Amino acid sequence: MRWPLRIAIAVGLLILYWGVGYVLEDNIIEYVIRIVLFCGINAILAAGLNLINGTTGQFSIGHAGFMAVGAYTAAWTVMQLELALYGGRTDLALYEVAIVFLPALGLGGLMAALAGVVVGVPSLHLRGDYLAIVTLGFGEIIRLIFNNWPALGGALGYSGDRPLGLSVHTNFFWVASVATLVITLIANFTYSSYGRALESIRDDEIAAEAAGIPTTRFKVLAFVISAASAGVAGGLFAHLQSSIQPNDFKFDKSIDMVVMIILGGLGSVSGAVLGAFFVGLTLELTRDLSEYRLIAYALVLILLMLFRPQGLLGTREVRIWGART
Amino acid sequence: MDVFLQQLVNGLSIGSVYALIALGYTMVYGVLRLINFAHSEVFMVGSYVSFFSAQWLGFDAKQPAAFGYGRALLVLVLAMAASALLGVAIERFAYRPLRHARRMTPLITAIGVSILLQNLGILIFGPNPRPFPMIIPEQRYELGGVVVTNIKLLIFVVSAVLMVGLTYLVQKTWTGKAMRAVSTNLNAAKLMGISPNRVIAMTFVIGSALAAAGGILFGLDQAKIEPLMGVLVGLKAFVAAVLGGIGNIAGAAAGGLLIGVAEQLTAGYISADYRDAITFAILIGVLLVKPEGMFGSSKIEKV
Repeated sequence: MRWPLRIAIAVGLLILYWGVGYVLEDNIIEYVIRIVLFCGINAILAAGLNLINGTTGQFSIGHAGFMAVGAYTAAWTVMQLELALYGGRTDLALYEVAIVFLPALGLGGLMAALAGVVVGVPSLHLRGDYLAIVTLGFGEIIRLIFNNWPALGGALGYSGDRPLGLSVHTNFFWVASVATLVITLIANFTYSSYGRALESIRDDEIAAEAAGIPTTRFKVLAFVISAASAGVAGGLFAHLQSSIQPNDFKFDKSIDMVVMIILGGLGSVSGAVLGAFFVGLTLELTRDLSEYRLIAYALVLILLMLFRPQGLLGTREVRIWGART
Repeated sequence: MDVFLQQLVNGLSIGSVYALIALGYTMVYGVLRLINFAHSEVFMVGSYVSFFSAQWLGFDAKQPAAFGYGRALLVLVLAMAASALLGVAIERFAYRPLRHARRMTPLITAIGVSILLQNLGILIFGPNPRPFPMIIPEQRYELGGVVVTNIKLLIFVVSAVLMVGLTYLVQKTWTGKAMRAVSTNLNAAKLMGISPNRVIAMTFVIGSALAAAGGILFGLDQAKIEPLMGVLVGLKAFVAAVLGGIGNIAGAAAGGLLIGVAEQLTAGYISADYRDAITFAILIGVLLVKPEGMFGSSKIEKV
């Protein structure tokens, strides 16, 4: 595709999302919109996690930790920018929101990426499953840190430096736009030569190294991109409500993500997105049965691995636009 | 100085519990090259089995008079047997069918079994902590400002006895020899007439029984147990196994003691809040600097 065409598509989508968001806001109950927003955020999380767990074959089970880093960073940044630029006004126009929200999401992704480097480098320079246990520890420790950080509200959670709490910026327009951007980037990366290198690492790491692929660098790269997208999703998640708590990012959240990508088929980007919507919807529909949720998830994980280890979709992609190679 | 000695005593006692659990991680990793995530839940179940069997045998948290060493030993044996059974069942149904699958597949089932047991635990035992029955009445001794209880001593002694027993089993018996053979080279062991299934099942029996012993000792030390107790303890025990060199039994024991002392010193000198964070810092440090651990040797991978 040529650049003018790409830009035209991007602008077209932005207008479309804005229009759809505008119509939804007036006509559909907030509850339904929230479910859609959660599904969109899940889709970003799943696409990101799939890059490291599915495409690269390195297991991370602490992505809620990166989400937390992104959420806290974005919430703090938005709060500081709003106080500095608008003196805490709440009736912001779309462009004014964009001025504070976009840098905040970017910074959230960046901080999560940094955390990804700290976690990824020690565990990924080795062969073996160290990433799983290190990310498990990271997810617990990061919550501990936010729990004990007085400036960010400690265990009570962060609601900014004003009684009103955080601004609720996340709406259909933002989720749809950011999700489209992040998922497109990840899909393009997965189906580039880099992505093929990652798949070769998944299939046989020693052979990949023998073929001249710098395996450590590629694994860390995939992990950092994955962490960054979780951070961006965290930023969107933070601005769905007026405060965030360390307990929003418990181990359960990491498991939700793992279930999304395993249902969708490890290694399939569109599968991950479908899995995200499926999990997002079931979470809402079965809210009354929430104590059985993790039991059901655990059974899904075990049974799928025993009888269909490639996930429901495998590495196949659902193609709605034919042009992608 | 008193603080240091006191935390050292506490650290050695809780560290020997970590060591017992670390042995299970390291043995399973030795034969299967799998991080057995479900191990921390086997530990939790062991703790609950001892809780209920202690109740059944008439022990009472509020009534320390009703004790007896024979019955305390029976509690230990029951818990170890139940956990061993659970460990073998997990291996048989969740890991054995996947022994030739891609490496990530059994890892995911391991995580699945772990979550399943945690949440069944919450459902069956209730989410709240329960006071652990004092199957041994507590006595306190003061040695120059340092308080030592008979329970801390007992924890240390029981762990030491079990570890010596394990060393004997692994080094001197045929079962142990077969286990070492399988962990060195599974296919070559098969050619020598060793049945890998039986050896792997045996590994799970021993590792799980040790975890159950750890579960009782942990309950005695902390005086309460809860369904999610395995998460952090399991993480620490795994770090202990990596610290000592994964696959190495003596290393796991030494690593457990070191982790226990490190976290108690952190609690004593820095802040109890960061007690759990120190383990994670140690893990990152070990993986960066010496990933083969204190006693492990790095292996050359052949294709």
